[in-house]
Amino acid sequence: MNIRGIVDKMKVPFEKGNKLEKLYPAFNAFETFLFVPNHTSKTGAHIRDAIDLKRVMITVIIALLPALFYGIYNTGYQYLYQTGETFTTLDAILHGSYKILPMIAVSYIVGLGIEFAFAVFRGHQVNEGYLVTGLLIPMIMPVDIPLWMVGVSVAFAVLIGKEAFGGTGMNILNPALTARAFAFFAYPTYMSGNQVWVSEASNVDGVSGETILGMLAAGGSTDQFSMMDMFIGSIPGSIAETSTLMVLIGAFILIYTGVGSWRIMVGSVIGAALTGILFNLWGANELMSFDWYNHIIVGGFAFGVVFMATDPVSAAQTLKGKWIYGLLVGVFCILIRVFNPAYPEGVMLAILLMNVFAPTIDHYVINASVKRREKRLNSKLKMA
Amino acid sequence: MSTDIRIKNGLSINIKGVADKELKKVPLPTQLALILDDFHLIVPKLLVKEGQSIKRGQPIFYSKSNEKIKFVSPSSGTLEKVVRGDRRKILEIIIKTDKKDSVFKHKIPNQDKLDKPTIVDLLLKSGCWPFIKQRPFDIIANPDENPKSIFISCFDSAPLGVDFEFILRDQMTEFKNGLKILEKICPKNVNIGLNKDQSFLSNELRDFNINFFSGPHPSGNVGIQIHHIDPINSGESVWTLRPEDVCIIGRFFLIGEYEAIRTIAVSGPPIKNPKYFRTIIGTKIDFVFSKIIFDNNDDYRIVNGDVLSGKSVDKDKFIGYYNNNISVLREGNNYKLFGWIPFINNSVPSIYRSSFSWLSFSKPKDFDTNLNGEERAFVVTGEMEKFLPMDIYPMQLVKECMIGNIEKMEKLGIYEVAPEDFGLIDYASSSKIEAQTIIRDGLDFLIKETL
Repeated sequence: MNIRGIVDKMKVPFEKGNKLEKLYPAFNAFETFLFVPNHTSKTGAHIRDAIDLKRVMITVIIALLPALFYGIYNTGYQYLYQTGETFTTLDAILHGSYKILPMIAVSYIVGLGIEFAFAVFRGHQVNEGYLVTGLLIPMIMPVDIPLWMVGVSVAFAVLIGKEAFGGTGMNILNPALTARAFAFFAYPTYMSGNQVWVSEASNVDGVSGETILGMLAAGGSTDQFSMMDMFIGSIPGSIAETSTLMVLIGAFILIYTGVGSWRIMVGSVIGAALTGILFNLWGANELMSFDWYNHIIVGGFAFGVVFMATDPVSAAQTLKGKWIYGLLVGVFCILIRVFNPAYPEGVMLAILLMNVFAPTIDHYVINASVKRREKRLNSKLKMA
Repeated sequence: MSTDIRIKNGLSINIKGVADKELKKVPLPTQLALILDDFHLIVPKLLVKEGQSIKRGQPIFYSKSNEKIKFVSPSSGTLEKVVRGDRRKILEIIIKTDKKDSVFKHKIPNQDKLDKPTIVDLLLKSGCWPFIKQRPFDIIANPDENPKSIFISCFDSAPLGVDFEFILRDQMTEFKNGLKILEKICPKNVNIGLNKDQSFLSNELRDFNINFFSGPHPSGNVGIQIHHIDPINSGESVWTLRPEDVCIIGRFFLIGEYEAIRTIAVSGPPIKNPKYFRTIIGTKIDFVFSKIIFDNNDDYRIVNGDVLSGKSVDKDKFIGYYNNNISVLREGNNYKLFGWIPFINNSVPSIYRSSFSWLSFSKPKDFDTNLNGEERAFVVTGEMEKFLPMDIYPMQLVKECMIGNIEKMEKLGIYEVAPEDFGLIDYASSSKIEAQTIIRDGLDFLIKETL
C-alpha cells in the first residue's frame, strides 16, 4: 500500500460524523504536512501559484539554519574558550547542542500544543506561523535560561501575543519578540547583566558572560574583540544572533526567494547607519563613539532586522510603509543603545515599538492615496 | 489624439495552447441558451412561455428592476426549457433553434436623425443594451444615467487572451459604426484601449479616441485603463463594452436586426488544435467541441472566459453572453507528496523563487486547477500591491469588503474596481485568498445598501 492509501485510511475516523471529527484540524495539519492536498479552485481564479504559507514558512526556517548552527557552535566555543581547556570543534558543538536542543524542543512542544488546541477549539486549520516563531524564540534567548522559563515565555507569547488578538495574521507584536520581552521583564536576572551571555558563566568562576554592548555601556573597552570576531560572531550574546555573516546568508535566502522584505532590511541598515554616524560625530561616551559600522554588526541588530522586523504581520503592511518602518527600526535601535544604559541592546525594544506604530505608518501611507482620490473629486466638483 | 501609458505592476501568465489564428465557421447550433448568471443581479421576468416559437431578436425576458432592459433571442426557434434552481430561481433559458431564421425587424432612422434618446431607446428595444456595462459595480448599465465616458479595451492581456485584431478584422464596418453610435451617446468621450503592436487597429481607428497601453496583465483590463485615463469618482459612472459587442450594436444600426455573432477562441493546454470559432451567443459548448481534439481523456475544467476571472461550466452547457474565449484546463485533483518543500515539484508554475520554475516562467506552461495549498489568514503583506496597477491598496480594500465598512470601502476606491481586476491577486496569493469573490460580495453589499 502506498503512503497516500495509508493516510486515507487513517483519515476516516476524523471525517465529518465520525468519532474524532473534532480533532480534524490536528489530523489535517499532519496530512497536509505529508501532501499538498488535492483541492482545486472552486471560485475565483482557476489557476493558482505553487506558493503557499507552508512554503513561505519553511523558507524562513531554512534561512534561519545557518545562524542556528553557528549559534550552537559558538555557545560551546565561548564556554570552552573561557575555561581555558583544550577543545575541538566537535566538543563545542556537543556542548552547544546539549544546551540548545532541549530549548527548541520545549518551545515547539509548548507552542504547537497551544496552537493545535486553539485550532481544534476554533475548528480551523493549524497555521504554519509557529514553526518559525518556535525556532526563533530559543535562538534569541540567553543560553542559561531555565527551560521552564522558555516554556512560560512561549505560552505567554502565543496566548497573549497572538491568540488573544485572533490568531495568526492578527497579532500586533511579533510573537517571538513578545516571548523575549516577557522573559526580559519577568526574569531580568536571567535575561540581562554580565553573567548570562556565556554558557555556565554564573556557575563557573573565571567565565565572564558579558556582551560587547554591555561592556561599552559600563564604560569599558572592547579591545579583545576584533571587527572580524564581531562579524563572524565568535562573541558572547544571545544564542544565535552573534554571527552577522550567518545572518547575511539568511538575509540572502529571504531576499532571493522574495519571502523577506528587502525594503525593511535596507531601510533599517540605512536608519542605523545614519544615526550611528551622527553619534560618532558627537562622541560623548563609549557607545556614541563606537563606530557606526560596528553598531550594525554587533548585538542583535542584524538578526533582529533580518528575521524579526521583517515579520510581515507585525511590520508595516504597505510597500511604502515598509521603508519608513525599517528606517525607524534602525534609528530607534541605536537611540536606545546609546541613551539608555539599562538596555545596552536596543533592537528588541526598537522592533516592538515600531510594531506598535506600524498601523499608524500604514494609516498615513494609505491616507495619502485616499487624499489623492478626494482631491480628484473636489477639483471635479469645482469645475462643474 | 492618443496617450501612451505604461503599466508596471502586474504579471503576464503564459499558458500552453494559445489559439491559432485560424477561423472556423460553426453552423447554426441546434440548441443555445441565455445563462442568467452572466447578467449579474438581473431578476428576469419572462415574456415567452415554454414551447412558444420565437424570432431572432425577439425579447424573451426583461429586468424586473427596469422594464426597459430587454433580453432577446440570438436565434429563431422555440423556447425549449426554462431551467430553474433553488426557490424557482431561473438559471438558464434554453432555445431550440430552427433554420427558418425569422427576424424581429426594427426601423432605423437616418444617421443624422439619430439623437441620443432615439439611440438609447433602440438599444433597449433591440436587446443590445445588456452589452453595455457600467462601473462602478460592474453590472449592466442604467439607461437613465448619463455616463461621463465610455471605454472599450481592444486587447486582451489575460492568460490565453484572444486577439481582437484577428476577431475584428472582417467586422470593421460594423465596429466603426458601433463606435459612431456610441459617440452620439457620449460625445468625444469614447475611449479605445489599444496595445502598441496592434498596427491594423490603430491605423483603422485613427479617427477615434485611442489610448495605448503597454506592460503586463491587467493592462488590457478596461478598469485599469479607466483608472489611468479618466478615473471614476464617487457619483460618476463609466460605461464599458467588449469589442465584438460594439460590432453587434454597429450591425444592428446598419441592418436593423439583432445578429449576435460571437467569435470564440477555444484554447488551453489539453487541446491539440486550439483555434477560433465563429458562432452565435449562447451556443452549446458540445457543438463547438466536436471539432476539438483533446490530447487524452483526463478530467477537464471548461471555463467561460479567461482562467483568472471566468466561470467554470460543464461540457453540455452553453457559451457565455460576454466572453470571447473558452479556456480548458486539466483538473489538478491530485496529491503531491511533500509538495510544499521549496524547490520540490518544480513542474508547478510559480513566480516565486522558492521554486525553480520561476526561471522559465515566461515560457508557456501547463497550468492545472490545483490550489497548491490551503486557505490561510492574511500573512504575507505587500504581495497584493504588486499585482494591481492602480492607486489603490488592495489588501486593505479586501479587508474592508470582508467587514462591510462602506465608508472605508468608498475611501479606498471600491468604485473603481471590478472583480476581474483582482484575478491576478487570486493567482498569486500565498494565503489562497479569493479576492475576486470578496470584491464581488463587497460591490453587491454596496448596491444593496446604497441604491
